[in-house]
Order: sequence, then C-alpha cells, then structure tokens
Amino acid sequence: MIVNILFYVFGAILVAAALGVITARNPVHCALYLVVAFLNSAVIWLLLGAEFLALTLVVVYVGAVMVLWLFVVMMMDIDVEKLRQGFTRYAPLGALVALIVMAQIGIVVWVRRLGLTGAPAAVARPEGYSNTAELGHLLYTEYLYPFEVAAVILLVAIVAAITLTMRKRPGQKLQDVTKQVAVRAKDRIRIVKMDAEGGR
Amino acid sequence: MIPLSNVLLLSGILFSLSVAGIFINRKNVLLLLMCIELMLLAVNFNFIAFSQYLGDLAGQVFVFFILTVAAAESAIGLAILVVLFRDRRSINVEDLDSMKG
Repeated sequence: MIVNILFYVFGAILVAAALGVITARNPVHCALYLVVAFLNSAVIWLLLGAEFLALTLVVVYVGAVMVLWLFVVMMMDIDVEKLRQGFTRYAPLGALVALIVMAQIGIVVWVRRLGLTGAPAAVARPEGYSNTAELGHLLYTEYLYPFEVAAVILLVAIVAAITLTMRKRPGQKLQDVTKQVAVRAKDRIRIVKMDAEGGR
Repeated sequence: MIPLSNVLLLSGILFSLSVAGIFINRKNVLLLLMCIELMLLAVNFNFIAFSQYLGDLAGQVFVFFILTVAAAESAIGLAILVVLFRDRRSINVEDLDSMKG
C-alpha cells in the first residue's frame, strides 16, 4: 500500500517537473527541472524493483550527463525571447497532439487492458536476491556481445565529441606530435669525430 | 505492488508531455534535445514496468543499453550544438537553413 502511495506522490512530482521542462522560460531552469524528473524517475524505478538502473540513472544521468548539459547551457549566450516567439501560437497544437497521444495510450492501457490482469504476479524472490548481481550475470553471459557494442558506441561518442569541438586558433602554442615523431637523430645532433689530443 | 497500467499511463503522460514540448519549443535546439531525453525516459519506464510484470530481467538490460545510447547521443548532440553556436552565434532552428532544406 505504502508503495502505491509513494508511486503516486513521486509520479505527480515527475509530471510536474516534465511540465516545467517544456514551459520554463530559462534553459537553465529547464535543465534543472530535467534533473528533478530524473531523480523522481530513479525513485519510481526503485519502487519497481530495478535498483541497479535507478542508481545508474542517478550517477550517470544526474551526475554526468546533466552536468554536461548545464555546462553547455550556461556557456551559451542565448537570446531567450527570440527563441520563444511562437510559443503561444504553437501551444494549442502541441496540447492537441499531446492529448491525442495520451488518449490513444489511455485507450490501449486502460480500456482494453491489454488482456493483462492488474497487479503483477508477485515473483518470489529468493533470500539474498540481488538485482545488480542478476543483471550483471545476464549482461556478461547472454548479452555480452551487445554490451561490447555499447562500449564501442561510447568510444565513438568520445571521439566524435572531441573531434567536433576541437579547433586550432592561430597563434596558439601547441606541440605537433607528427612532427615530433618524424624527427630523426641526425636532424638534431651532429656527431663530430676528432682525434684525441696527445698526452697532457 | 504497483499495477502495470498505472506505470504505463505515467510513461504515456511523460511521453505526450515531451511531444507537446517538441511542438511548443520548436525554435530552441537545446530544448528539443531535452524533450528527446524525456521521451527516452518514458520509454525506459515501459521497459522496466514490463520487466517487473513478467519477472524477466531482459527488459532491464535493454534499459541499460538505452541509457548508454542516450548518453552518447546527448554528448554528440551537445558537441554539434557547441560547434553550431560558435559558428552562428545562435541556436535558433530558423537560422539553420544553409542546406536549403
């Protein structure tokens, strides 16, 4: 019962935060509302028994991705007023589309019931059951190949982000690695053979 | 236990809010990316709800991969945005018409 009440409370905060994301004037506020939405989702995921993913969401999303977002948002000097032109003009259309999507999902989930019976079958968890251990086991056996592909995707993202944002400004003192590697010893030192001086 | 339909409805509300967000913030690339993040979150809710309902962890593995791809996507998206802002001094979608699309 308490789980249900907590679900409704955090769900309400989540919806309010999502509303904040799409309506706030200042992009920084939008990013902060998004942080609130992620934190509340993490709590709901905990209630749903996905402990590892909930903590991952907090650490990776709130801790890393949203900080990146805030950095970028604050670095840019955005003319908010110009970007918000047409906000009221498109609000009715947006609300209409959202209502249609919501009605469709509601019909499928609520009215048709999907042929499912309300509450989930309480799966008996053995003593000492660990969501993280089970997930790790699955990830390193059955899903090992997709896991490695995900790692490669992250690597590609790193390379792409760095190459996209790197730039060479004139007058900057940087070392040219290819030049350094191409240097041969004879370019730098001259070995002189000379006779030893006879006696002292 | 939380009924499945409640979680699905919550994720539906979240998804339709982010669709509305894409409509009303259609000039601001930053907010478009944020709405896409919200959409991915709503999708993850569905995966986790069904994972719990069916007692099958495969759904949670999928959420793991979605989170990975979403993080990569937002990193590259923000990099493109930074380059764009450096070039144009604006992130207005209407200024981005050099390809005449």
